[in-house]
Amino acid sequence: MQKIEILIIGTNEPIVKTIARLIDKKDQWHAATAFSLNDALEHCYAKAYHLILIGAGIDDRQEEVLKLHLEKLQQDTPVVKHYGGGSGLLYAEIYQAIGK
Amino acid sequence: MAQTVLHPANTRGAADHGWLKSFHSFSFAGYYNPERIHFGALRVLNDDFVTGGMGFGEHPHDNMEIISIPLEGELQHKDSMGNVATIKAGEIQVMSAGTGIYHSEYNSDPNHPAKFLQIWVFPNQRNVAPRYDQINIDKDTRNEFIQILSPNADDAGVWIYQDAWFNLANFDKSTSRTYTLNKKENGVYVFVLSGRLEVNGQPLAIRDGLGIWDTDSFEVKAAENAEFLLMEVPMKF
Repeated sequence: MQKIEILIIGTNEPIVKTIARLIDKKDQWHAATAFSLNDALEHCYAKAYHLILIGAGIDDRQEEVLKLHLEKLQQDTPVVKHYGGGSGLLYAEIYQAIGK
Repeated sequence: MAQTVLHPANTRGAADHGWLKSFHSFSFAGYYNPERIHFGALRVLNDDFVTGGMGFGEHPHDNMEIISIPLEGELQHKDSMGNVATIKAGEIQVMSAGTGIYHSEYNSDPNHPAKFLQIWVFPNQRNVAPRYDQINIDKDTRNEFIQILSPNADDAGVWIYQDAWFNLANFDKSTSRTYTLNKKENGVYVFVLSGRLEVNGQPLAIRDGLGIWDTDSFEVKAAENAEFLLMEVPMKF
């Protein structure tokens, strides 16, 4: 069964890695990490993701640039702001975004 | 006309990790209920019980206003900004997690449990510099609303990055007061800590929650001696 591929973007590396670890605990999910907008764009040009989480340090302007590139790539990937930095809200954010 | 949502205490999510027992008014960690995600900007209301000597190891937070209100016992807090503090009943602690913070919280008393409310409010600004504060709150005044949190650094209580106002209250039986919202586009989540209340005639028992919005004010009456928390938050944010 294909895993749900989730890209997390944020400039706080330890927190981004923590979120990725929490996502990878779920058998049906897989996380990739990006620590800058350019890093995230490279990921998006390489493959399509089911969900992109915007973490700390990425501002609204960078989020808009990312969405413009997704549009150009004809990817309708949901882009969701992540809050909280840990497991508290993470799973609900993902369930809501993927329609569970 | 005022709209309301009632969350009886026994409909909350529950988690039992042995050393930590927690009741979640809204979806949190392993508890997911799509009907209970948030009340406006109020995202988390956890009613936590921490066994003596146990606690939360170092863990991260970002972009969230995190408020802790101890009800019994005490917790020792350490964070990546260098703060080391003990917070106990009668105090309130606030952290703006912003760009990221690590912290730990332990019940430093091996012989007594700690009970506290952990409350998370969505911030109105992302990526702010992290900050921490802790103050005493007035637990002596009775039959009045005591402001413990606001958006203003120079107002009573702690402050957060959100147009939110929290009040604690300790009412004697039959005391009735009108709560007037600071902003009419806000809503208020009422949470009963002890005793029984009526809010606009709606009975509430211990640990029941009631959200109320689309109103400028509402009546709170103590059906018996009651302590409760009013959390006024933006409904759109």
